[in-house]
Amino acid sequence: MTKQNLVVIGNGMVGHKFLERMIENESSEWNLITFCEESRMAYDRVNLSGFFAGKTADDLSLVESDFYAKHGVQIYVGDKAVGIDRDRKTVTSANGVTLRYDKLVLATGSFPFVPPIQGRETEGTFVYRTIDDLEAIAAYAQSCRTGVVVGGGLLGLECANALKNLGLETHVVEFMPRLMPVQVDDAGGALLKQNIEAIGVSVHTSKSTTEIVSENGRVDRMLFADGTELHTDMIVFSAGIRPRDEMARSCGLSVGERGGIVINENCQTSDADIYAIGECALYENRIYGLVAPGYSMATVAADHLCSLQGNQFTGADMSTKLKLLGVDVASFGDAFAKTGGAKEIAIVDSVQGTYKKLVVDQTGKTLLGGILVGDASAYGNLVQLMQNQITLPPHPEDLIIPPRSGSASAVMGVDSFPDTAQICSCNNVTKAAICDAIQNQNLTDIGSLKQCTKAGTGCGGCVPLVTDLLKSELKKAGIEVKNHLCEHFAYSRQELYHLVRSQRIHTFAELLQQHGTGQGCEICKPAIGSILASAWNDYILDPAHTGLQDTNDAFLANIQRDGTYSVVPRVPGGELTPDQLIALGQVAKEFGLYTKITGGQRVDLFGARVEQLPLIWKQLIDAGFESGHAYGKALRTVKSCVGSTWCRFGVQDSTSLAIEVELRYRGLRAPHKIKSAVSGCTRECAEAQSKDFGIIATEKGWNLYICGNGGMKPQHAQLLAADLDKETLIRYIDRFLMFYIRTANRLERTATWFNKLEGGMDYLKQVIIEDSLGICAELEAEMVHQVNTYACEWKTTIEDPAKVRRFRHFVNSDDPDPNIVQVEERGQHRPIYEHERQLFSLTRS
Amino acid sequence: MQSSQSLATTWTTVCTLEDITPNTGVCALVNGQQVAIFRVGQDQLYAIDNYDPFSKAYVLSRGIVGDRNGISKVASPIYKQNFNLKTGECLDDPTVTIRTFAVQLVEGQVQVGLS
Repeated sequence: MTKQNLVVIGNGMVGHKFLERMIENESSEWNLITFCEESRMAYDRVNLSGFFAGKTADDLSLVESDFYAKHGVQIYVGDKAVGIDRDRKTVTSANGVTLRYDKLVLATGSFPFVPPIQGRETEGTFVYRTIDDLEAIAAYAQSCRTGVVVGGGLLGLECANALKNLGLETHVVEFMPRLMPVQVDDAGGALLKQNIEAIGVSVHTSKSTTEIVSENGRVDRMLFADGTELHTDMIVFSAGIRPRDEMARSCGLSVGERGGIVINENCQTSDADIYAIGECALYENRIYGLVAPGYSMATVAADHLCSLQGNQFTGADMSTKLKLLGVDVASFGDAFAKTGGAKEIAIVDSVQGTYKKLVVDQTGKTLLGGILVGDASAYGNLVQLMQNQITLPPHPEDLIIPPRSGSASAVMGVDSFPDTAQICSCNNVTKAAICDAIQNQNLTDIGSLKQCTKAGTGCGGCVPLVTDLLKSELKKAGIEVKNHLCEHFAYSRQELYHLVRSQRIHTFAELLQQHGTGQGCEICKPAIGSILASAWNDYILDPAHTGLQDTNDAFLANIQRDGTYSVVPRVPGGELTPDQLIALGQVAKEFGLYTKITGGQRVDLFGARVEQLPLIWKQLIDAGFESGHAYGKALRTVKSCVGSTWCRFGVQDSTSLAIEVELRYRGLRAPHKIKSAVSGCTRECAEAQSKDFGIIATEKGWNLYICGNGGMKPQHAQLLAADLDKETLIRYIDRFLMFYIRTANRLERTATWFNKLEGGMDYLKQVIIEDSLGICAELEAEMVHQVNTYACEWKTTIEDPAKVRRFRHFVNSDDPDPNIVQVEERGQHRPIYEHERQLFSLTRS
Repeated sequence: MQSSQSLATTWTTVCTLEDITPNTGVCALVNGQQVAIFRVGQDQLYAIDNYDPFSKAYVLSRGIVGDRNGISKVASPIYKQNFNLKTGECLDDPTVTIRTFAVQLVEGQVQVGLS
């Protein structure tokens, strides 16, 4: 069977998309032939202004050099089709080529509209449509200081951006009273004008140009109907587009009253053998001047020609989201509330330069459309809410009010979308397809997700949504894993804490028997050891608990890289006497320990071998020290400044309070370590705002900050309550700490816990201050139990010879581990590095 | 076969069962070698090398014992790699295997066997 000729007139974005789709469809029926008027094959006209930001014509090209050749597409570049003979079924080109067609596709696009203004042909006037246009503009601009764009629509603002990039003083002249009249309403247009003027582009609205005046044959100034004038060196017209339908007209195809080739749902014209797609086509009296509808038409026409069923063009969504001159602008759905009974909710913030409008139906439950200027980050979500007719929250305005710090955002996320929601409209990828890919291919990063599903590889507008979906799916997967502490317990830490408390379970064995499987592991054992300690405060080295403890807790010291330990006695509030300092020094000297001041105002003694620990602690306890719990997920230090006792600025006695707070919560075990600090005035020398809870003195009392974090991911603490007396302060801290211990995940610090807490600080205030859950009395009682049952673990340990026996390296010998070798550095000791070991044994032997 | 192997094994008594807290380990010095001995449950005993090839410190006896999919294991206290108590295989890095030793309980005494 001989192939039939399929001729495409026009090689713009849409014409090219059509050819791509034909190739994809792998139909063997057709000889593909195309005429391309420009000297270049299809390029990205949407991002044309990128040409002035340094992109080359090659960068913008949509066609790989050998793509058409490889797929047998015959292309006439730089040859314009000029005539169609429908009787003979031929197309003739400007270069005199005449081809027979079996089917013909018109993808002739549009031309820029130049208003009929006197002087519009003067040297120095341009249109903004092709790369050739841009090259001409760039060349001419070199001799100009000022440039005017006529037309304040989408393309006009793009063009203004281009002129600004060329270094010209730039003006935009718009006939209508506002910018982007098609997409944006008056209030949005006003905000857009404000934002654009703020970056140095002058905007003149409600201006009707009557004449372009030249001097020495070049553009010099513009005269307006209101009697004003504007000097300029060049003018670019960007006042809209008109469909290129002249060939269709001359061969007798139906065209619209105001232009455009009439098409049906299959994109066929009044001649069934001729199709029209893109900006030259008129569907139900409408021209679609955006690339996405053009792409849909291209797909529909190609599929129809290949006898593929199901795809029809029935209009397209004109939603747009752009960044024009650095300003976000988005418009979607019924942006002008034309639907009967539609209501509007709008927020104008001229301080932030944002305008956000929602159009909802009569009931206020369905989103019909909207406009976003200045911040279009909600666009993706909102369009999905609209397209899928998802019921809105009770206060739809929450969708456009930015979340205040500490409170949760009300924007309905991807989770509320149905599986059928089309996330990427460029490539027609649904939520279900993306979720399937994440789950079944184990994708964890956006790059591979894009590669696998093609979502987000078109215009890129859906990338934030795709990212949200990925995060949400991972979170779901993560929560399933995290929810179950490990393979031995199908419960979250919070649930296990509740089981331990409510069923009064006192040992791991009991919990495992009743609620777990297997023997346990290094994940669940320390977590449950910690839960048991938080709940009952038993001695952690009771035989039932010993095996649960990480090595630090098991030996009540911090293991270092060579298997030796460091020792940190408690120094409450960082205050210690000269005698205590001397005692620390003596111990360090006797055992050859490296000494260092920690970040939390304590002294760290390094290099103790396991069998030395009880001996060291015996001496420390005799000198009045107790365990500092530096080894535990427990309260560490409460830092302080010197406060009013010494400082000339201090307004309260921060040191005394720090000592009191540290002693109150010493030994308290938690999901993670807890640090605190007390500052005597707002100078904040103790850095209390970087702590899990921080206290800052005021003239009237104490301010309590919570959920801060130093360390790997620093985060400032937030104010829970101000000007508290000491009793209230302590009560709030009691409640806060016990609530955190109850609800946090394993190894989750307060800042991370807080960040995931729904309702944020408002919620915490309700729980801790207003007792909204009715648990505060319980929380306080639990803390009182902790405080009353505190015992120094080291004191308990050294008083029990059986316990002391565990602190030997060998069960059958008192010898130390011969492998531990230390070398001297800056007059102290440190563990040997592996690369030094050979050297050391050589010198020793 | 079993008996001839037993004949070639020298058993060293290192401690009593009571010296090892259930579900913890101790380190014994056997013939100049550091052997980590674990007591799982009431009387299940395992013996492996005390040397942690990842941290290069002699610390495995101080790890937390448990199981992964029913395989008894210990997690190194330094960087938390897991070792199969029966075979010495590292469960997190199949290229690493550490030595295991024979261990038995005779009249309340823990004995380690070196062949």
